[in-house]
Amino acid sequence: MRCAGIDIGSRTIEIVITEKSKIVDCRQTETGYDPLMQTKKLLKGLSYDRIMATGYGRNLVEIEFDSPTVTEIKAYAIGAKELFPAVTTVLDIGGQDCKVIALFDNGKIKKFEMNDRCAAGTGKFLEVMANTLGFDINEFGDHALSAKKDIQINSMCTVFAESEVISLISKGQSRNDIALGLHKSVARRTISMLKRVTTNGMIVFAGGVAKNPCMRDLLAKLLEQVIYVPENPQTVGAYGASLLAQEKM
Amino acid sequence: MSQDYHQMWSDLGLDLDAHDALLDVLSKAYGDIYLSQNHRPETMQYFDFVMSEVHGLRIKELLDEKEQGRKIIGSYCVFVPEEIVLAANATLIGLCSGADFATEEVEQFLPRNTCALIKSSFGFKLGKVCPYLESADLVVGENTCDGKKKAYETLNDLVKNLYVMDLPQVKSNQGRKLLKSEYYRFKTEVENLTGKTITTDALKKGIQIVNNKRKAIHRLSNLRRSNPSPISGLDALLTNQVFFYDNPERFTDSVNKICDELEQRIKQKIGVFPESTPRILLSGCPMAVPNWKLPWIIESSGAVIVGEESCVGERGVRNLTNDSVNTVDELMEAIIDRYFKIDCALFTPNPDRLNHIKEMVEAYTVDGVIHYGLQFCQPYIMESIPVEKVLEKNSIPILRVETDYSMEDVGQLKTRIEAFIEQLK
Repeated sequence: MRCAGIDIGSRTIEIVITEKSKIVDCRQTETGYDPLMQTKKLLKGLSYDRIMATGYGRNLVEIEFDSPTVTEIKAYAIGAKELFPAVTTVLDIGGQDCKVIALFDNGKIKKFEMNDRCAAGTGKFLEVMANTLGFDINEFGDHALSAKKDIQINSMCTVFAESEVISLISKGQSRNDIALGLHKSVARRTISMLKRVTTNGMIVFAGGVAKNPCMRDLLAKLLEQVIYVPENPQTVGAYGASLLAQEKM
Repeated sequence: MSQDYHQMWSDLGLDLDAHDALLDVLSKAYGDIYLSQNHRPETMQYFDFVMSEVHGLRIKELLDEKEQGRKIIGSYCVFVPEEIVLAANATLIGLCSGADFATEEVEQFLPRNTCALIKSSFGFKLGKVCPYLESADLVVGENTCDGKKKAYETLNDLVKNLYVMDLPQVKSNQGRKLLKSEYYRFKTEVENLTGKTITTDALKKGIQIVNNKRKAIHRLSNLRRSNPSPISGLDALLTNQVFFYDNPERFTDSVNKICDELEQRIKQKIGVFPESTPRILLSGCPMAVPNWKLPWIIESSGAVIVGEESCVGERGVRNLTNDSVNTVDELMEAIIDRYFKIDCALFTPNPDRLNHIKEMVEAYTVDGVIHYGLQFCQPYIMESIPVEKVLEKNSIPILRVETDYSMEDVGQLKTRIEAFIEQLK
C-alpha cells in the first residue's frame, strides 16, 4: 500500500510516500501565503492509497482532502524511531517551533516540551539574523563555523537580538563572529529545553535547523555526545505521518 | 436578551458602544464554544439563560435589591467570605476579569508584564463595561499576589469604594491570627455599610446558604467521577463560574437539577463523550467568565475535563463551614477555619495543594493533568514546576501551559494539547 504523509510547516511543506516503511517518493516546497494551493501543487501527479497530515497546517488538509491528522510531535517521534530504532530523544527545530520529545523504549511518547508563541530559538530567529547579517540562510552555519572569536549575544528575543546585532556591527565586529554568537545563543536555549526533558541516550536532531552544520557542532560539543541527524532532516515528520497512515485503519 | 437594558446601562455610566461590542463578542464566543457542544444536559439551559442575561436581567435584579436597601459587594477572590456578606443582608458578586478589554488604557496604569486577570479587572473599569463593578456599593480587593496587591494601590484612584483585605501568607498561628483580625475588620466594614449588626441567626443562615451552594457543586463533582463523563468540563466550569454571579439559592436549585439529570444519564450510561475519551484534570489559575480558551481547546481535541483544581472549581468550594456552633464568635471561628484551609499558591509553603492534586487525580480517574498558568502569575507558575516533578515521579502525565486571554497562541496550544492527548491514548 502507498501512503502519503504530508507535513505543512510554517516555512516548508514536505510530502513523503511510503510503501511499507520504505520511502518511494519525497517532495518539498515553500509554504508561502497559500499553503493549501502549495499542497495541491505538490500532490499533483502523485498516487497514493491513504494520506495523513501533520504540521501546523494539518487542519487545512483535513478539510480539503478528508485526511486524518496527527500532531507533528507524534509524527516526528514515529519518523525518528523508524530511522533510528535506538532513539530516546528527538529534537526538532523548525521554522517557528522547537520541540524536544522523550520516547519510551517502545517508541511511545514519554514527555515533550515545546516553545510557546515566541519564535526565540527557532529557525525563524536564525533566518532573521542571517538576513540582518547579509548571509544566505543555507550558508549561515558555515560562516559561523569560520568565526575567530567568541561574542556573547544576550538577547533571545528576535526583535531585541536584531538590535543587539546591529550595535555589534556598528562596533566593527566581524559578521562571522556575530554569527557564531547567535548560533551559540540558540544552542544554549535548545540545551536548556533538552535538559528539562532528558539528554540520556541517543539524541536525534531533525527539522530544518538540523541542516545547519554549526548548530549540529555546537550541540554535540556542549552536550559532549554524538548528535544523530537523519539524511533528510526536514522530512522526518512527513515520513512519520505516512508510516502512521500505513498502520491506521 | 429579553429586554432592552440600554437605559439601565447608561444610568450605570457604562460606555454603551463599547459595552454592545463586548456583548456581541461574548455572545458569539458563547455560541461557538458552548451551544455547539453535543449531548449537553438539558438542564444546562438555565445556565445558557443566565449567560444570555449576565449583564441584563441579573443586573436588573441587583438594582432592584439596591432599591430595597440591600447593598451589593463586589469581589475578585475566593477569600472574601460570602457568609458574612449574606448575614448582613447584602449580596456578594464576583467582578469581571476574564477577558482583555481597553488594553491600551490599562497599560497607562499597569506594566505590560502584568497577568491578564489583573489587566482585565482594570480594563473593565477603564473601558466602562462592567455593570457589576458599577453597581457595587463596596469593592473588595485582597492582598494575594504582588501583582494584585500593588494593582489595588492604583485601582484605589479609579474606584471610589475600594476596600482592601490583607491576607496571611503562611499557615501558622500568626497567619491565622491575621486572617481572624481581617475577617472581623471586614465584618465591621460590612455592618457599617449595611447598618445591620450581624446576629447569630443571620450568620448561621448565611453559612447555610453558602454551604448549600458548595454542596450542590460537590454533588456535581462527584457525578463527574463516572465514565463516560455525564457533563462536559466546559459546562461544569460554567456552573463554577456562575457560582460567583447568581442568586445563591436559585443557583443551588439549578445545580441540583443538573445533578438529577446527570444521575439519570449515568444510570443509562449516557455521556458527553465516549467512554474511551482521555480524562483531564485542569489545575492552576482561576478561569473567570469568559475565559474558556483552554478548556475549549482541550475538549475540541478529543479529551474531557473531569475536574478543576482551581479557585473557580474545587479550590474555591472545597470544605463546608461548620454551622453547628451557637454564638457569632464561634461561627466566625468556623468561617476562619474554613477559609484558612484554602490552598492558594499565595501560601508558602503550600503542600496541601500538591496533595489535593494527587487526590483529585485518583478520585476522578484522571489520565493526565494540564497545569494552567496565567502568564506572569508568579505564584502558580512557580508551583507548576514542583507539581510537574511530583506527578512525573508518580507516573502521572502532565503538561504545563502558560498562556493569557489572547487568541494568538491557539495554534501552538492546540498542537501541544493534541500531542498530549495522543500521548494519553
